Amino acid sequence: MLSQIVTVTGVNLRSIRERLGSSVVAMVGIAGVVVVFLGVLSIAEGFRAAMASVGDPQTVIVMRAGSDTEMTSGLSGDTARLIMDTPGIARNERGPIASPELFVIVGHPTKKDPSDANVPLRGVSSAALAVRPQVKIVEGRMFTEGTNEIIVGRAASRQFANLTVGSAPKWGQNRWQVVGIFDANGSAAESEIWCDARVLQPAYQRGNSYQSVYARLASADAFQAFKDALTTNPQLSVTVVREPDYFAAQSDVLNKIIRSIGFLIAGLMGIGAVFGAVNTMYNAVASRTREIATLRALGFGSVPVVFSVLSEAVLLSFVGGLFGGLVAWAAFDGYQTSTMNFQSFSQVAFAFAVTPKLLGTALLYAILMGLFGGLLPAIRAARLPVVTALREL
Amino acid sequence: MKYLPIVWRNLMRRKIRTIFTLLSIFVAFLLFGYLMAVRSAFNMGIDLAGADRLMVLNKISIIMPLPSSYSGRIRTIEGVKDVTHANWFGGYFQETKNQFANMAVEPESWLRMYPEFVLPEDQKKAWLADRQGAIVGADTARRFGWKIGDRIPLQATIFRRPDRQAWEFNISGIYDSPIKGTDKTQLFFHWDYLNEAVRSTTFGNQVGWYVIRVADPEQSPAIAKKIDTMFANSPTETKTDSEKNFVAGWAKQVGNISLITQFIAAAAIFMMLLVTANAMAQSIRERTSELAVLKTLGFGDARVLSLVLLESCVLALVGGLSGLGLSWILVTVFGDPTGSFLPAFYLPVRDVVIGVLMVLALGFVTGAVPASQASRLRIVDALRRN
Repeated sequence: MLSQIVTVTGVNLRSIRERLGSSVVAMVGIAGVVVVFLGVLSIAEGFRAAMASVGDPQTVIVMRAGSDTEMTSGLSGDTARLIMDTPGIARNERGPIASPELFVIVGHPTKKDPSDANVPLRGVSSAALAVRPQVKIVEGRMFTEGTNEIIVGRAASRQFANLTVGSAPKWGQNRWQVVGIFDANGSAAESEIWCDARVLQPAYQRGNSYQSVYARLASADAFQAFKDALTTNPQLSVTVVREPDYFAAQSDVLNKIIRSIGFLIAGLMGIGAVFGAVNTMYNAVASRTREIATLRALGFGSVPVVFSVLSEAVLLSFVGGLFGGLVAWAAFDGYQTSTMNFQSFSQVAFAFAVTPKLLGTALLYAILMGLFGGLLPAIRAARLPVVTALREL
Repeated sequence: MKYLPIVWRNLMRRKIRTIFTLLSIFVAFLLFGYLMAVRSAFNMGIDLAGADRLMVLNKISIIMPLPSSYSGRIRTIEGVKDVTHANWFGGYFQETKNQFANMAVEPESWLRMYPEFVLPEDQKKAWLADRQGAIVGADTARRFGWKIGDRIPLQATIFRRPDRQAWEFNISGIYDSPIKGTDKTQLFFHWDYLNEAVRSTTFGNQVGWYVIRVADPEQSPAIAKKIDTMFANSPTETKTDSEKNFVAGWAKQVGNISLITQFIAAAAIFMMLLVTANAMAQSIRERTSELAVLKTLGFGDARVLSLVLLESCVLALVGGLSGLGLSWILVTVFGDPTGSFLPAFYLPVRDVVIGVLMVLALGFVTGAVPASQASRLRIVDALRRN
């Protein structure tokens, strides 16, 4: 049986060359599906990666109770002070490692387009870098407290016009001076511009108020105790979330949109490609009618015949899928773009990500399409009535 | 028309191939129709933006407010016909996931500014008379099951009441729109009601943005400039632009969805072009001797050519039109696939026309090569081949 399978499949695969045109059609069809599938999902994957990699479970964000984004939160200066003095926060020689912050957006043009995009501008305190160990200044230096100096995330510097060290953008009545560029492991923070919160407060008429407190916990396990201490404090009305949870929630809306649309499109195109493959395989079986009948007459069983047709279909779809995967990877992986974070209406820069996992899923999908496409023709081949088929000679 | 039976017979000689080719074309155009609806949704109704409407925003950014006193000053500018304003309220109903667009507006001028929101006269009167009244779009009313007369609470995210309670509104009316793609998910309520509660805070007497109607759209750039100059060097500077540019800028910030959807649609249709062309070529190759017989019987080259073209066109039309039809039904009946994020999810007539043209093009392109081969066929060669 096994040797029969090997023989028949070998004969079959060697004859693909004679049906090249139709085989290429099936392969291109499946490659096309894979390209589109990867293209759409690499957007979701890249955006998720940008949002998720900020996550450090030891970092928590404290906002006003009921707020699910910093944008709509508000904390008075006194409240911020109270939060920072709560036990559970790691400390260094300068006191608790916590940063009360303001989050606003400024209209600033992108490099590609002169119309304004909503660029996030974050007012931070001196502890901001200690709270986020993943953030490093890669060019220039940190801003000096109390001045109009700003530092710009790497992605923001790349995506938006005139945000390099030395440039001096003007937003409203205030002129700012870019003195540094920071890196944050490709996370959403890299889309932001940072300045001193105390300078931002008057510029945005915020008095002595903040929107959030970022704090580094003494240990990741201290979260529950810290949260309980804050939520049971009668002077406070706040919500406490871990940083990874916060950013996962922020990427929710866009991910939902892209995934639902992406899977729908890939699903529909997949059906189309399967039909294409079915046509190709029927054609393959039809052109080999005599050959198959002869084999059957010689005593070959129907299983090897079914197997040979299926393996041809799978081989075609595998090659098509691989080709499509390579094209998608070459075309999309690392493509820099930015989109709107629907939760805060601000821009997040990210790169399309064709991950190995995504590639694997796409290949699997391609092979599945091949199997479905080959199934009916394989059954037809196996059921071929030997006598009539031979008579067609 | 008299050739349709023979075309039909030819298509039916390999039923399975015809059915699968039809299904491929069907799927491609189903996808095309659906993608065009996605595209129009992400363009956020840019085609519906009023040419004579301008938006006045805070120059620093969209989240910064403008003083409500600007209204009178803007009105003095020549060419400005009407002014209204709105505040993004950002409330949600019961749970944070139930977010939707809700705004505090000046009711009379707002309805004047947006005639596309159609509200029965008695409901309009009721809204104007009730300070806590609100009107809501038909889509959102359906989503939450609200009826006229309901009292509904909205949790505030930006404008919190001192007592931390939810804001309550009476549904005075439900607006609809005869224009496809108009956003029917929004809720509007009295700006006075909001302002009264927040007057003592920094939010007092502030509006989110102004909308202006100009007498002559040609004058829009000049008027925009005049407004921005009027407030230049004041603590609150403005940025004025046409509604169309504003919507385009907003859509652009989401990303170039238009390009992505066009790319996908092109990939899908190209795929199906290959599949169909392949099927047609196979079918003609198998029928070489039959075609020769037809020619022997006196069918001219041109007639054979048109027979084959007719066959591919019938294939494309049946598959393509039913695909477009189903996409139209899906979009119209089931609407927004994400639930509520894409209010302008509809299939524009323009795209339907483009789809039909592409169906025809597909028919001709896939039939062209086999048809010209068939018409050039020499009877003697073709018959000898067997």
